[in-house]
Amino acid sequence: MKEIELQSQPDLLHDGEVPSDVRTEELVLNMGPQHPSTHGVLRVILQTDGELVLKATPYIGYLHRSAEKIAEKVTYRQFTPYTDRLDYLAAMNNNLGFALAVEKLGGIEVPPRADYLRVIFAELNRIASHLMATGSYGLDMGAFTPLIYCFREREWIMDLFEAACGARLTYSYITIGGVREDLPEGWIQKCREFLDYFEPKIAEYNNLLSYNHIFINRTGNVGICPAELAVAYGLTGPCLRGSGLAWDLRKATPYCRYNEFEFDISVGRGQNGTLGDCWDRYFVRILEMVQSVRIVRQALDKLTDGPVQAKVPRIVKLPAGEVYYEVENPRGQLGFHLVSDGGTSPYRLKIRGPSFCNLSVLPVLAPNCLLADISALLGSIDIVMGEVDR
Amino acid sequence: MMYIPQRPPVEYKGLSLKIVRLATRWGPTGISLALRFAWGIFFAAVVALVLFVWLVGRFINPLLPWFIRDFVVVVGLLGFVCIVAIIGIWGERKVSGRIQSRLGPMRTGHWHGWAQSLADGLKFVQKEDLIPRDADQPLFRLAPYVALVPAFCAYLALPFGVGWVFRDADVSLLFVLAMLAIEVLGVIMAGWASNSKWSLYGAMREGCQLVSYEIPMGLSLLAAVVATGSVNLITLGEAQSGGWFAWLIFQNPFLFLAFFTYYVASLASCKRSPFDLPEGESELVAGFHTEYSGFRFVMFFFAEYVAMFAVSALATIIFLGGWHSPIGGPSSPLWFVLKSTFLVWVQMWIRWTLPRIRIDQVMHACVKYLLPFTLLLFLGSSLWQLYDNPAHPAFKGFANLLRGVLGVLGLVLLGLYFFGAGYGYYNRNRLVGQMARRHLPGA
Repeated sequence: MKEIELQSQPDLLHDGEVPSDVRTEELVLNMGPQHPSTHGVLRVILQTDGELVLKATPYIGYLHRSAEKIAEKVTYRQFTPYTDRLDYLAAMNNNLGFALAVEKLGGIEVPPRADYLRVIFAELNRIASHLMATGSYGLDMGAFTPLIYCFREREWIMDLFEAACGARLTYSYITIGGVREDLPEGWIQKCREFLDYFEPKIAEYNNLLSYNHIFINRTGNVGICPAELAVAYGLTGPCLRGSGLAWDLRKATPYCRYNEFEFDISVGRGQNGTLGDCWDRYFVRILEMVQSVRIVRQALDKLTDGPVQAKVPRIVKLPAGEVYYEVENPRGQLGFHLVSDGGTSPYRLKIRGPSFCNLSVLPVLAPNCLLADISALLGSIDIVMGEVDR
Repeated sequence: MMYIPQRPPVEYKGLSLKIVRLATRWGPTGISLALRFAWGIFFAAVVALVLFVWLVGRFINPLLPWFIRDFVVVVGLLGFVCIVAIIGIWGERKVSGRIQSRLGPMRTGHWHGWAQSLADGLKFVQKEDLIPRDADQPLFRLAPYVALVPAFCAYLALPFGVGWVFRDADVSLLFVLAMLAIEVLGVIMAGWASNSKWSLYGAMREGCQLVSYEIPMGLSLLAAVVATGSVNLITLGEAQSGGWFAWLIFQNPFLFLAFFTYYVASLASCKRSPFDLPEGESELVAGFHTEYSGFRFVMFFFAEYVAMFAVSALATIIFLGGWHSPIGGPSSPLWFVLKSTFLVWVQMWIRWTLPRIRIDQVMHACVKYLLPFTLLLFLGSSLWQLYDNPAHPAFKGFANLLRGVLGVLGLVLLGLYFFGAGYGYYNRNRLVGQMARRHLPGA
């Protein structure tokens, strides 16, 4: 009886195959905007087949605050606090990018001490930002402890920033024409203490997380982004260098006297998998922290006496014209396209957020990886939604 | 004048309000009186209980006292299990704190936040009993019980010492294993009934992970069962009296390895890191208990810690000499609790150190490596029994040599552990304490 049934339905004879008259479909999974590992209010629609992800579509805009439109209504100086809120983990670097764009259009000369201070603060903030990325990447992989270790060191940097400018997250310290105020007494000594304390801790992260067998198995050979793909999608920063391309704006078009410092461009080598996988992107950040420590040490040595502010009027007026200026942020190249009609506020300001461009590669890398790899991918791209949505 | 809508005053009524009113009226007096006469009340209660039991046996039914005894023991066991869970949760937070160079809970109850779990439990009980609208109501309500009750039932056959067991069953090992395996049913129920895709993913992961790891877990234990010839946990424990050299883990190399395979499999079977995929918070929000809150969530939470202690207790009884002292002194349930607690601490240590494994790696590790390896261990242990007997005197010297090597190896491992702990303790300022001492750069 059963054989007859099966013969009448030949599909059922094939073990493991679904009969043709049974309708199957992929499971659509809504990841975010309140998901713990989307690093903010990112929403990703996943089409899954069991644990396998077939398609991932990111939906953005949950943190849109019209920063670019606001820029047209406020003066140049007043826009600096808004740049803090773009990539809130690297506010110093955002300040720097905007200040440099305005200075280039206005032809403002910055005193040397201010330049070195800018380098010191930008690099310290790069360390803080990479610490956050490293720690939260550990959290994405299920290791809680690296996060707390990274926060322990980041807290010290926050304290240094607080001593210098009074704020712990949104600094507005680097302003048009220099930096807002000079360092407090004893700050340089504290900064050197921090660097001496911090350098051996990097080995600790490596022992705990980077060279952990499970961690390598989770991130190596996952989300491989070849160099051509990275260039085609406009990836910058650690995501680009993780693919093996030695491209760093601090070397390519040096600003802020970066050409005076000795440092290496950290690139991924694919030593724990394929070149351009999640582990490479992750490890580039660790290597960059080492280089940033080197830069800060040199900048502290070179720090000269002198003013920290150029003579810039309170209400800046720029000549009519346009400028596009990019700086190397922790997450990639942050660009400001500034158009001025000669007034006190920009005619138009377009911001190129590195997180936004880096995120664009997610739908390309996500197919055919497992559900758990999505958080590995997102964490290695290291987005900040404040910058994606602006 | 603006119109401000007035809410009607809420009339609270019901039994709970009466109880609260009664408690606020008579509570302070009653508690202070009870505290003043605490010892008297305790002894009076004991005397009254004994008298009551005797009277029941004398006049009503001679079998009833045994029933009452069982009832009291079960209630006591329930209390012990709850204390295990409460101390386990508090301990987990303290351990994670120390590992992450924090302090963990320090305020509640003054002494190192000992009352933190109690306060948390109180908060959970007070929470609103939320059930999602689209959830499968009966299953959703049933699932936490199905998860917790079997984990508790495992303790009914778990001996704490000779005579320190509720029911001395001949198949107690199988009973405990079976009870621990039922928990997966509750988890799958919870995941299905929640009607949430994340919960379903967690439940399915739990299902395939637990069912796969049950096999290497059972096989590792079977290697020990072959060595003693009994599945009675008391017999297994009693076979290891007389110092740490007599522990089963040091009896032959196969058992030594079986202890570690059992430990790995037990981590997977009670969803501990690095096998905590069913509730992996960075992937599945909270896994199978995403939709659970309040007291229902507490039951899942309790079940996890109860199961943690149960698998550690099983490892202690079967491999680590159970209730016997390692230096050959008198045996005591205290040794049993001490060794099990140490194994629980190692579980916590692993959890706060390692990242999480991916689901395909979990299955590969089980099916490709752990399962064949435990099968080999089982085979090896059986062969060892074939030769390790008076019929083969030549083998005896070799066996004793290996036992000695294994015993010393175990001692070295323990020594390394204490050396590392001491090193960390004496260098704690250099290792973690810098932030605390030099806080502000401006200061």
